[in-house]
Amino acid sequence: MPHGVCPVIPAQWCRKEMQVHGKIDFSHPSPDIMHAVISGAWQMDSKLLSPAATLLSRLESNPRIKRLILDANGLAGWDTSFLTFIRTITKECRKRDVGLEIKGLPEGVSRLLHLASVVPEQKDSHQKKKRQPFIYVVGENAVLFATATVQMIDFIGEATLSCWNFLLGKARFRRIDLLLFIEECGAESLPIVTLISVLVGLILAFVGAVQLKLFGAQIYVANLVAIAMAREMGALMTGIIMSGRIGAAYAAQLGTMQVNEEIDALKTMGISPMEFLVLPRLFAMMLMMPLLTLYSDLLGIMGGAIVGVGMMDITVVQYLTQTQATLDLTNISLGIAKAGIYAIIIALSGCMRGMQSGRSAAAVGEATTSAVVTAIVGIIVTDGIFAVLCDALGI
Amino acid sequence: MHWVFETEMNKPNSKVKKTPHIIVSDLTMAYGDFVIQRDLNFTVNHNDIFIIMGGSGCGKSTLLRHLIGLKSPAKGQVYYGDINFWDAEPAERSRIMRKCGILYQKGALWSSMTLAENVALPLEEYTDLSDPAIKEIVSLKLALVGLAGYEEFYPSEISGGMQKRAGLARAMALDPEILFFDEPSAGLDPVSARRLDDLILELRDSLGTTVVVVTHELASIFAIGSNSVFLDAESRTMIAQGDPHLMLAETVDPKVKEFLTRGKTVSAETFPG
Repeated sequence: MPHGVCPVIPAQWCRKEMQVHGKIDFSHPSPDIMHAVISGAWQMDSKLLSPAATLLSRLESNPRIKRLILDANGLAGWDTSFLTFIRTITKECRKRDVGLEIKGLPEGVSRLLHLASVVPEQKDSHQKKKRQPFIYVVGENAVLFATATVQMIDFIGEATLSCWNFLLGKARFRRIDLLLFIEECGAESLPIVTLISVLVGLILAFVGAVQLKLFGAQIYVANLVAIAMAREMGALMTGIIMSGRIGAAYAAQLGTMQVNEEIDALKTMGISPMEFLVLPRLFAMMLMMPLLTLYSDLLGIMGGAIVGVGMMDITVVQYLTQTQATLDLTNISLGIAKAGIYAIIIALSGCMRGMQSGRSAAAVGEATTSAVVTAIVGIIVTDGIFAVLCDALGI
Repeated sequence: MHWVFETEMNKPNSKVKKTPHIIVSDLTMAYGDFVIQRDLNFTVNHNDIFIIMGGSGCGKSTLLRHLIGLKSPAKGQVYYGDINFWDAEPAERSRIMRKCGILYQKGALWSSMTLAENVALPLEEYTDLSDPAIKEIVSLKLALVGLAGYEEFYPSEISGGMQKRAGLARAMALDPEILFFDEPSAGLDPVSARRLDDLILELRDSLGTTVVVVTHELASIFAIGSNSVFLDAESRTMIAQGDPHLMLAETVDPKVKEFLTRGKTVSAETFPG
């Protein structure tokens, strides 16, 4: 097709052929009048850089100008970029008290501009936060923290009441849900717990071996690994794995149910979401966490044995006898007791964040993050308290 | 326009006695300091199909949440019969709610349960029916909304419109005295929306259910509404109430007129010539 000849095809299709980019030319017929001639295709991808700014800077530098004449007769094509140009110029001229006259404006442009101004701007809909003074922000955060704490206590209280109802045989939830959650936290968690526990056992043994070799006391690696796994690491590592695996899942499940109004539907049906949704999740965790911890203890000891037997001339029997001599029921039950408490922390923080979630995808994401963070902080703090208590009680 | 003709046929039966079922008095709704609607006063009578209408963002759904006990009012009261709903004990409130069925905007089916389990849950919870009897009721309710044979499907396996209908089946499970609908025809094709309207009328006529519908679907408003309230987002209060047909015929308020005539007055100005 020859350049510039497109009698039938609509103008915008000829953009490439014409290659006429948008242009704006200025002239000053008299000192108080500016004449701007617009020509070419005004498209978002054309090379015309901020025409409005160019025009306005001219107005700025000639304060005597009282009339602006825009001649758009030469316009070859336009899109939203032209609309915003006209809109800005109109607004600025009104502000500067400059008379504006537009010639040859395409009809589509004026219709669209009119459409944009039919519904008046909502004045108080701008909810953007103003910058507040530091002291205000501190105060606001303190109040938020206080309400969050009250909400947490409220949630724990409600969960406790629901458990009491369960003991009285009044709480209602579907048994099948409990079994599904048990499967999710128990059996499906085994692979990851296996991997992490063996590795933690290996690492403990390595760290211990290097130090104990200095005294020629390699055999005590068995003691170190057994005590550390049973008292601390078994429960701690399982707790952290379960925070990520299950706490996050609970928060996402309940958060999504919040978004879908499923929780509202339960409430208006007179079914307590606390009993129907939280209790089965809580019980599944409370049942499975101690078992997983016991499993983790065993595998950790196995990991230690791999290093002990494989690298330090200790026989399997020696290693196991030493372990058996070291471990007593106190150590193991301490770990399991911790696991039970971690289970409550993980399940409740997951469920709480899920129930508190807002009604958007971003809010569910935040709820999930917050559930994991809350659970892990809770676990570590509890572990610290346990350490102090055990020391004081001589356990 | 078809619905103008239909409204005459669907006019509420004037022989039915009008006694108040829900009374809203001086209700002000707010999120924190942000007032959404203030000074709402209206009465929903027994056997009414009561429409809560208004433009987007005017607080229709929020008003519904106040009526069904999900959000407490900033000021004012909601009475069910002569019981002040928000001052009542929680046990009393849940007793009232048990007589209500609610169809949520997106259906709000419990996603971990099949359709049959969804509909069956309220029945298991509040009746002493045997399992086979519950199964019978469930399949009847699903058939009523055109979902016979979908008992074992999960909500995620069916379309949005079907989810909504299943939600209605669940809302009707306990033969409630009051049915609340939050935007029932949103996301439904015209034929399904029309069938839903017919179903609402049928429930009202045959079971004597009081129906409260939040909607901005004009066709539905005129096809089923016997009473209504119009909420305005700008002045943040109700600016009209009564039979929607009379409202259309008699209103002088440009906003109400614009809404009920699909904004004809404005579009004439928008595109002159």
